[in-house]
Amino acid sequence: MSLDDLYQEIILDHYRSPKNRAPSLEGEDVHVHHSNPLCGDEMDLRLRVADNAVDGLVFDGEGCSISQASASAMTVAVIGRTLDDALDLAEDFRRMMHGEESKRPDDLLDGVAFEGVAKFPVRVKCALLGWMAAKDAIETYLTGERDHEVTHDE
Amino acid sequence: MSFDVQTRKKDFPTLSREVHGRRLVYLDSAATSQTPLPVLDAMDGYYRTCRSNVHRGVYQLAEEATDLYEGARRKLAALVGAPEHGVVFTKNATEACNLVAYSWVRRNLGPDDVVLTTHMEHHANIVPLLHAREDLGFEIRWIPVREDGQLDLEEAARLLDDGRVRFVAVGHVSNVLGTINDVAGIAAMAREANPDCIVHVDGTQAVPQMPVDVPALGVDFYALTGHKMCGPTGIGALVARPELLEQMPPFLTGGEMILDVTTEGATWAPIPGRFEAGTPMIAEAAGLGAAVDYLTEIGLDEVRAHEQQLVAAFLEGLERIEGVSVHGPRDPALRGGAISFKLDGVHPHDIGAMLDSYGVCVRVGHHCTKPLMRHLGVNATARASVYLYNDLDDLPPLLEGLEAAASFFAR
Ligand SMILES: Cc1ncc(COP(=O)(O)O)c(C=O)c1O
Repeated sequence: MSLDDLYQEIILDHYRSPKNRAPSLEGEDVHVHHSNPLCGDEMDLRLRVADNAVDGLVFDGEGCSISQASASAMTVAVIGRTLDDALDLAEDFRRMMHGEESKRPDDLLDGVAFEGVAKFPVRVKCALLGWMAAKDAIETYLTGERDHEVTHDE
Repeated sequence: MSFDVQTRKKDFPTLSREVHGRRLVYLDSAATSQTPLPVLDAMDGYYRTCRSNVHRGVYQLAEEATDLYEGARRKLAALVGAPEHGVVFTKNATEACNLVAYSWVRRNLGPDDVVLTTHMEHHANIVPLLHAREDLGFEIRWIPVREDGQLDLEEAARLLDDGRVRFVAVGHVSNVLGTINDVAGIAAMAREANPDCIVHVDGTQAVPQMPVDVPALGVDFYALTGHKMCGPTGIGALVARPELLEQMPPFLTGGEMILDVTTEGATWAPIPGRFEAGTPMIAEAAGLGAAVDYLTEIGLDEVRAHEQQLVAAFLEGLERIEGVSVHGPRDPALRGGAISFKLDGVHPHDIGAMLDSYGVCVRVGHHCTKPLMRHLGVNATARASVYLYNDLDDLPPLLEGLEAAASFFAR
């Protein structure tokens, strides 16, 4: 296992120029705050829903390159999808992080570049932080709640 | 250098291995130290020659095992200048801190009392108190950390001033900043403000790297752990004033720690056995005893001198790298072997991964010191820590890896 397996060029691109990274979201419906108790990383995720689909999604926070890049790639893959579809995609990514093959590589877009992270168990949580926050934001929306704070230790 | 590091290195089998095709450079002894051959041999010897339970058998083997176990207590007591019956074996420093919290704090403090601790403590020295506070409702006051990585003792004096502080919990050496705290001075201040104040010191990071005489510090409790002082995992100790231990009820109960048991109740064994319920960590005690011999043979004053030289070189080397800033005291005389730093624009996790590819082991994260991380305004730091088996050859790979991280992760 080399460092290149972990830090693919696509990952570094998302890290250096993240997409949908912002401290606020116009018309936000749900805000969730996730943190990783192991490394202290923090992530704020904001979701806006229209027609039962992800209409707007931004993240902000502090974390390593893997967590920041993964959150960035996640937003690109998830925006525009129906809530159910986005949840399904998040589950697909989660399974990929546990060593299974993705069933929806075309939908994960740049998210597939993170497949190699599964070989670095301590970094899996980093890659999952954004995705699990998105899942939580959507589920929070579906229950009608509006704010949620989670310490993420899957 | 007064002891030969190259020779000593050979005592530690792990240090001769490679990772990712590179020489292993182990800079994480503040998390756990490597194990020298005499310690491995001592544990192996127990299992191969005298495996039996302690304090029970009337046969030769059991006597030998008991000698190993009690011999380790004697050696550790001598190392820290304490009487043997003031040394209680625990599984680690965390358990030692919990023993104090359960058998002293929870038995003696109430809602009107005050506990004093610091912002630089390891969670092991904070969480048992936070937990006890939930049940007892006492107040906790926090000594702040100054910009230079030292405790603010003027503020400490103010916090002690009303004489209500009955328990002080303070670390001897910070696992993050490296700061060596004047625990004797703090104990004296606390007693002046309230003669009945009890002082508990987390000595986990001190005992491995400098001479420590617990009675001379004038403190009541002193926690330590075996795996950071060349010993095995699974054993630590609480060193305590015997008069205080005598008055304390047990923490864990069961076999070994009783005087008598009837259907009506139980009475407690004398100290220190009262606090060692069940079959103890016998092989680990044998290993710890050998670790104490090993450190004593080198001399902890020599270890300390060696580390100070290394720390001076490491601080200088680190600060030459653009974007690196070191947390904690600059003067090697004021600090131990743990050096936390940040590299601008690069997250500690990424630093750790890059250094790993250079064969360099450092710790990244919050180091179980979240209140301190908040104070420093960071979520995590990278930490390199040196010990008796490190030398100046271990510095270039660290610096090389950091330069690589700086350019690789530049945004
Ligand atoms: C200052 C300090 N206190 C307490 C501990 C806890 O030690 P242990 O995990 O052996 O109980 C550590 C080690 O991580 C430490 O560095």
